[in-house]
Amino acid sequence: MTRRRRTVALAAVPVAFLLVFFAWPLAAILERSLLGEADGEGALDVLTRESTLEIAWFTLWQATVSTALTLLAALPLAWALARFRFRGRSLVEALVLVPFVLPTVVVATAFVALLPERVERSVWAIFLAHVFFNVAVVVRVVGSFWAGLDPKLGDAAATLGARPAQRHLRVTLPLLGPALASAASIVFLFCFTSFGVIVVLGGLRFATLESEIYNQAARLFDLRTAAVLALVQLCAVALTVLVSSALERRLGVRVRRGRTAMPPVGRDRVLVTVVVGLSTALLVLPPLALVLRSLRVGDGHGFAHFRSLAAETPALLVEPWHAILNSLVFASAAAVIALAVGIPAAVVVARGRSGVDALVMLPLGASAAMLGFGFLLAFDERPLDLRSSPAIVPVAQALVAIPFVVRALVPALRAADVRLREAAAVLGASPGRVRRELELPLLARPLAVAAGLAFAVALGEFGATVFVSRADWPTVPVAIFRFLGRPGESNVGTAMALCVVLMGLVAAVALLSERSLARRATG
Amino acid sequence: MTTLGTISHKLVRTRAGLVAAVAAVGAVVGIGVAAGCGGDEAAGPTEVVLVTHDSFAVSKDVKAAFEAESGLRLRILQAGDANETLNRALLTAGDPQGDVIFGIDDSVLSRALEGDLLEEYRPDALASVVGTYVVPYDRVTPIDHGEVCLNVDRAWFADRRLPLPRRLEDLTDARYRNLLVVENPATSSPGLAFLLATVARFGDDGWQAYWRDLRTNGVLAVDGWEEAYTQQFSGAAGSPGKRPIVVSYATSPAAEVIFAAKPLDVAPTSAIEDGCYRQVEYAGILRGARNEDGARKLIDFMLSERFQADVPGSMFVYPVREGVELPPAFVEHAIVPEDPLALPADDVDENRDRWVDEWTEIVVR
Repeated sequence: MTRRRRTVALAAVPVAFLLVFFAWPLAAILERSLLGEADGEGALDVLTRESTLEIAWFTLWQATVSTALTLLAALPLAWALARFRFRGRSLVEALVLVPFVLPTVVVATAFVALLPERVERSVWAIFLAHVFFNVAVVVRVVGSFWAGLDPKLGDAAATLGARPAQRHLRVTLPLLGPALASAASIVFLFCFTSFGVIVVLGGLRFATLESEIYNQAARLFDLRTAAVLALVQLCAVALTVLVSSALERRLGVRVRRGRTAMPPVGRDRVLVTVVVGLSTALLVLPPLALVLRSLRVGDGHGFAHFRSLAAETPALLVEPWHAILNSLVFASAAAVIALAVGIPAAVVVARGRSGVDALVMLPLGASAAMLGFGFLLAFDERPLDLRSSPAIVPVAQALVAIPFVVRALVPALRAADVRLREAAAVLGASPGRVRRELELPLLARPLAVAAGLAFAVALGEFGATVFVSRADWPTVPVAIFRFLGRPGESNVGTAMALCVVLMGLVAAVALLSERSLARRATG
Repeated sequence: MTTLGTISHKLVRTRAGLVAAVAAVGAVVGIGVAAGCGGDEAAGPTEVVLVTHDSFAVSKDVKAAFEAESGLRLRILQAGDANETLNRALLTAGDPQGDVIFGIDDSVLSRALEGDLLEEYRPDALASVVGTYVVPYDRVTPIDHGEVCLNVDRAWFADRRLPLPRRLEDLTDARYRNLLVVENPATSSPGLAFLLATVARFGDDGWQAYWRDLRTNGVLAVDGWEEAYTQQFSGAAGSPGKRPIVVSYATSPAAEVIFAAKPLDVAPTSAIEDGCYRQVEYAGILRGARNEDGARKLIDFMLSERFQADVPGSMFVYPVREGVELPPAFVEHAIVPEDPLALPADDVDENRDRWVDEWTEIVVR
């Protein structure tokens, strides 16, 4: 009874936030689109069009393959980072986050420069880019959970004669179930709703539901078609969330606190070196191409493009460095909102409320264009006249960041061991001491991961931000986009310099959160 | 009490949790306050809001001059290209996001006039606009014109001793195979302009054959200008591109000089006079504007000499006002096409969707 009431009270924060800033604007645009004019095709006609089916099928299979490939590519690195301590580990962990914040246009430029022309406009380019972008999610979400697993189980299996492969397949993989389901669902959603990668790297031959919704809504202004497709996408996302949260629950296991990571020895040492070396090389290549490009000035090299961050430019109403400040302020505010909404949501979800889970995840599945249109319709009057207020930017970014907070926290919350707490209580620990010494340390890592992801997502967010940002308050991704939209070397160069700054910011924040964690663990 | 309950309470009780909670509440309250302070209407409007596209730009001092003259703060909202900007305005027709819309071009003009979107206004300064650009509608005011033209990478052609293409027909010549990159007219404003140029040139029943020939000759179509120019075109400084002919603007060569990292005497690219298509951009007052008087002042200002002289350097398009001097880089490196192709707005509006569909069939499928 009291527990139930507490759950409801906790749920109130995320539900209220999402109702006001997500459900309401979305309802406004859907109502306008579907009930606005009676003429034209009915919703059913849109659904049964051949092109709709083609697009839906492509969306589904490319997302499935991309997710599988991302898991395959990321798990070895997650293992190495979770299990072992080695020099440069926190640097690698920080680097993994970098691709995640890069605007698609920019990554696409790097890919075009790196990929052979045959691959450039094929579905393989799409897969590669999806893997590159999403490796961070798997490494972070699965890795932080993996680090909390008790390696003794694997050791026991080894003592009983299990070979390493057997041990991973039979013991570790099942234990990782909930985190895998969590990470896979978010990667799947990301690829399912992919937009920039499809448009830039796929050329004109590929379309996902998301890119088609944008096309229909923003460009062709066929709101009815856009709305029907948006509903299809929302349903698919809701279904994915329900399936994955059922999986997470079913696979959920109680975990004891793992032993701290050890330096690798023997065979592990070789394996870790190979895995970390290879993954890092692949992750670093595109950003490195960007760094080199930001330093190329005419036929030589230099820092001219970085100096122009302080110069007035026709591409923006303010000097480019303002965008860096704006981004930091907006992303911090967005991360705070995302944590304030996401933490209670995660607790409620961990208690088995999959309704809240679906609601929290849905913004990932809503087309940014439709939501942007919804904002225009819904927030036109006081007290929420936000259509031209900069305050709407962190709110829009938080909508995208909240799912990451929830996904990063839920597996750890579910895994928190009741027996551990009870044992401590039996041994005479006060409830306060139990919290301080048992539960918070268990959650500290996932919390830091959640905060880091939320900040990174907000920092790199473009689709929703560009819709609501004001010209005198550009963010870094918006500024990059504006510079890339103009001919001339120093425009492209300044865009590249801003990319490098963006990458640096994310890496720095990731490093800092790692450091503070390490200090807390030892101090 | 359960573990999870404990954790959540703990989160709020620890200092970090408390800080986060307070900050979150502060952020939400901040939003409310920011919203509440959006202009004190009792004292009359203090700002005028311009809704426009991504390519809009104005020099700081010119913007400041307007603000000083009018006593109004100029707020600028920009998202998307001309077409997307118009669609947003149509969505909020009657309850607009701002007071003035700028960036309606010929290809969407009739849609802007059709919807009950704009208020009538005929500024006095219209008298000083070159006759070619004046339209017989009182709801839009011409502000600038820009031409979409083929751009070529001069060094690429010089290295291979291949003559620069001079006419649209040259592009179907086998010597120019696999050299051209264009934008998708369904998704890109210059892409649409170039399609319209071929329609204007070869006629409603002749342009299809031209594009079939282009396809046979290896034309590459990409989603937008950014991909075409900065990724596929070899002439853009620092581009990884391999194709030396691209659909861009008449002013792009001047931009290559102005924004060169090291000073250049000669532009690395040039625009081809044949096949240029003219786009005039208009501004209008949005029906239901909160500050209609400010909106009129803004449109007057956009036709003033000061703003018109700033147009090339900021937006890389040309002024519509008579006798405005162009900056030297434009005189030297850009072209002002003498007799660009153009189609009547009604014609474009009536056939645009069909043309784009046909184009997609011919070039993409």
